[in-house]
Amino acid sequence: MSKATRLTRRAVIVGSLAVTGGLAVGIYALNRDWPNPLEEDLPEGAVSFNPWILISEAGITLMAPHTDLGQGIRHLQAALIAEELDVDLDQPEVTVAPGPAAPAYANRALAAEGLPFMSQDQGTVATIARGASARLMGALGLQGTGGSSSTPDSYVKLREAGAMAREMLKAAAAYRENLAMADLRTERGAVILPDGRALPYAELAQTAARELPPREIPLRDPTQWRLLGRPMQRLDILAKSTGTLDYGIDLTQDGMVHATVKLNPRPGGDLLSHDDSAALAVPGVSRVLPVSNGLAVVADSTWTAFNGAEALVCDWGPAPFLPEQADHWAALATALEGPPEKVWRDIGAQPDRPGVSPREYRAPYLAHAPLEPLSALIHVTEARCDIWVSSQFPGLAEQKVAAITGLPREAVHLHNQYSGGSFGHRLEFENIIRAAEIGTALRGTPVKLTYTREEDMAHDFPRQIAMARASGQVADGQVTALDLAIAAPSVTASQMGRIGFASAGADSQTVAGAWSMPYALPALRVAGHAVADLAPVSSWRSVGASTAGFFAESALDELIHEAGADPLAERLRLCDYAPARACLEAVGDMSDWGSPLPEGAGRGVAMVLSFGTPVAEVVEVHQTDAGLRIAKVWVAADVGRVLDPVNFENLVQGGVIWGLGHAVNCEVTYADGIAEPTNYYAHAGLRMPQAPEIFVRGLETGAEVRGIGEPPVPPAAPALANAIFAATGQRLREMPFANFIDFA
Amino acid sequence: MKIGFTVNGTPQEVDVAADMPLLWVLRDVLGLTGTKYGCGAALCGACTVHMDGEAVRSCQVWAEDVAGREVLTIEGLGRPEALHAVQEAWVEQQVAQCGYCQSGQIMQAAALLAKTPAPSDAQIDAAMEGNLCRCGTYPRIRAAIHAAAAKLEG
Ligand code: FES
Ligand code: FES
Repeated sequence: MSKATRLTRRAVIVGSLAVTGGLAVGIYALNRDWPNPLEEDLPEGAVSFNPWILISEAGITLMAPHTDLGQGIRHLQAALIAEELDVDLDQPEVTVAPGPAAPAYANRALAAEGLPFMSQDQGTVATIARGASARLMGALGLQGTGGSSSTPDSYVKLREAGAMAREMLKAAAAYRENLAMADLRTERGAVILPDGRALPYAELAQTAARELPPREIPLRDPTQWRLLGRPMQRLDILAKSTGTLDYGIDLTQDGMVHATVKLNPRPGGDLLSHDDSAALAVPGVSRVLPVSNGLAVVADSTWTAFNGAEALVCDWGPAPFLPEQADHWAALATALEGPPEKVWRDIGAQPDRPGVSPREYRAPYLAHAPLEPLSALIHVTEARCDIWVSSQFPGLAEQKVAAITGLPREAVHLHNQYSGGSFGHRLEFENIIRAAEIGTALRGTPVKLTYTREEDMAHDFPRQIAMARASGQVADGQVTALDLAIAAPSVTASQMGRIGFASAGADSQTVAGAWSMPYALPALRVAGHAVADLAPVSSWRSVGASTAGFFAESALDELIHEAGADPLAERLRLCDYAPARACLEAVGDMSDWGSPLPEGAGRGVAMVLSFGTPVAEVVEVHQTDAGLRIAKVWVAADVGRVLDPVNFENLVQGGVIWGLGHAVNCEVTYADGIAEPTNYYAHAGLRMPQAPEIFVRGLETGAEVRGIGEPPVPPAAPALANAIFAATGQRLREMPFANFIDFA
Repeated sequence: MKIGFTVNGTPQEVDVAADMPLLWVLRDVLGLTGTKYGCGAALCGACTVHMDGEAVRSCQVWAEDVAGREVLTIEGLGRPEALHAVQEAWVEQQVAQCGYCQSGQIMQAAALLAKTPAPSDAQIDAAMEGNLCRCGTYPRIRAAIHAAAAKLEG
């Protein structure tokens, strides 16, 4: 603990890196609570019980500060509050808002994954370190959505927020009516008196605000839940089925102009010179402005701005990283030859000469490419800046905007929007920085910046590229040793660098999903090798586990086949973490593992524990005349508690499709420092005809409540590769698989 | 140029460049933002609307080619308080994740069902192939189309 505490005085651990800069934290701050941001400009007559609840005559507002990227977290946050507050989300007087960016909304669970403890380790040291990390994240006030941490962060906190307000409202009713608290109950936004009369919260709020908050807030037992754990209709589902939900890209302001950008297609490269005469000649184009790494075109519609950008003639500088793809692979291979940055796990003695000689695995760069292109609506004036955009780090985004506009941080107001997907894309600030630059140049005029799909994909900081070598040993029908070395650029260092933090240490993301594999192998070694100067990379749905999980579960599968064992039975024999075992058993049961298959078909299994959530998947493939068909997938995931079952199933299915689609069809490669592809003619992932049937089971054996946004992704690729081997005898060690075999 | 056409049953006249895509006429000129921009190149289907009853990619239709036509967008298919059967099925199956592709998916599905009232999985695959969902809601889209078909059969 002492080591962790010392570090926390000056640094935060992100992705296992000690990261410093930006925000200075003293130890004194570790236990302090941030002010309630809702108190700052409280509407007349309104009462805020805590940062999540505002009650006024006009209604009840629940704050859901974690950014909704399509994962349904705005609804779940509201449901967590509503469960204890005793309001229903279909009540007309209840609204749910993202709230302002504020340190009170710090994500305390965000950093836990980066700690040097396996998530299944519930020992004292690991537990204390997690507590310290959570306090530090609270002290930093870093509001963030990512790392499948929103549910763990919210699960207790938001129910407590609801219960606290409920108890104060009840106390107010008891005082007013001269009744005992025990005789009162609450329902649908009202305190119900013994005679059946209902006192709406709005009427009690002013009195309740004078009550002391309860010291102890016992939370209801899950058996008493009305909302959580049951099928709920998501708050946004009606709007998203009728085209009436406004995304950032849809917003307008009176007097608004449109803009787009044309940036050096070599990410981070400079603009050397340009000729904008043809662009300015496009009817409707009013201005061409400099922005970081390129130009912005201001026009009277999105389309005219796009046309103007196309007419720009630019001379671009070179890429500030290795420009050719082959050199990236060569750099990874060289790194694997050298000493590891860190050996993350070393159990037992590796054989002097492995019986199963080294095999090489590769995972390419991948784009996030969410369907909504980057955009931002901004209005900068002399005194204030409003920006309407979806951001996973709204507080950091406000800091960046403040620096560019020259306004104090308090004068910058980010209005966080529902996003049309993200998968990690909106952890970055590219659109926000450019919007602030354009908005500052046009001070006084609202401007909406819209990226073209091509600009978006050209400046999508991709998933880390990675390469691995694995060798091992088998004996008597069992796997006895696995030695796995993984090389990748540090996604954490790359991303934190753009935020403005310096970082040091070895990045656990290089080996995430592999180093902590819950298999009791007699000898297990997992090492990470660092590689510098590759393309800038960022967190991509499931981050390091998307590559390292593929390597680990492919290499293990090869060893199991080498041993002549059954892939599921041998995993079960080796697995020493009960929730992970339960997932493996469940998919075995669901898929009727071992039952006969038609000629040319095969099943593969994989299990990866990432973000604390074990997920096992069985994939079944069929050879057809048109190529290999991914027919069915069975998935079992243990999140401790399934809070929103319909959405849970949807997210798991989506995660599997994400994992499969990229494993089969997608890669980003660099030529002359420019990323290919540039639109969905490639890199679409799966389309409908390739999408398999997916059967999902949520397990609740784990001790902690965990997230589900990312963990279904990592097992999909290795389960598919393992199924392809079972069906065809061909072992695919490199993604995308469609480069090597045909898919139907 | 001035172009007259009908959108969601209402006659409209816009004054735009002849080659401005219908997508941007709808979004930037008429403020109908339910129709989405995803790729601008007929690769994603997010911009799908109906023109004289046919599903088209509005990013590929020039304004001048819309003159005199009837355009139906997601806003005209149904409203939150008066859902089309396809939208009803979409709500019941809770299809959407981010939802950004869903206007296009729904318009494509509605066009499919208008021609093929009880489509097979293969027919659904063929009709929906051009509609990309990066969130991977395909299993639910398929279920919702079958459910909507059953509703429309009534
Ligand atoms: S925006 Fe028209 S098909 Fe993608
Ligand atoms: S729901 Fe997000 S792209 Fe389809």
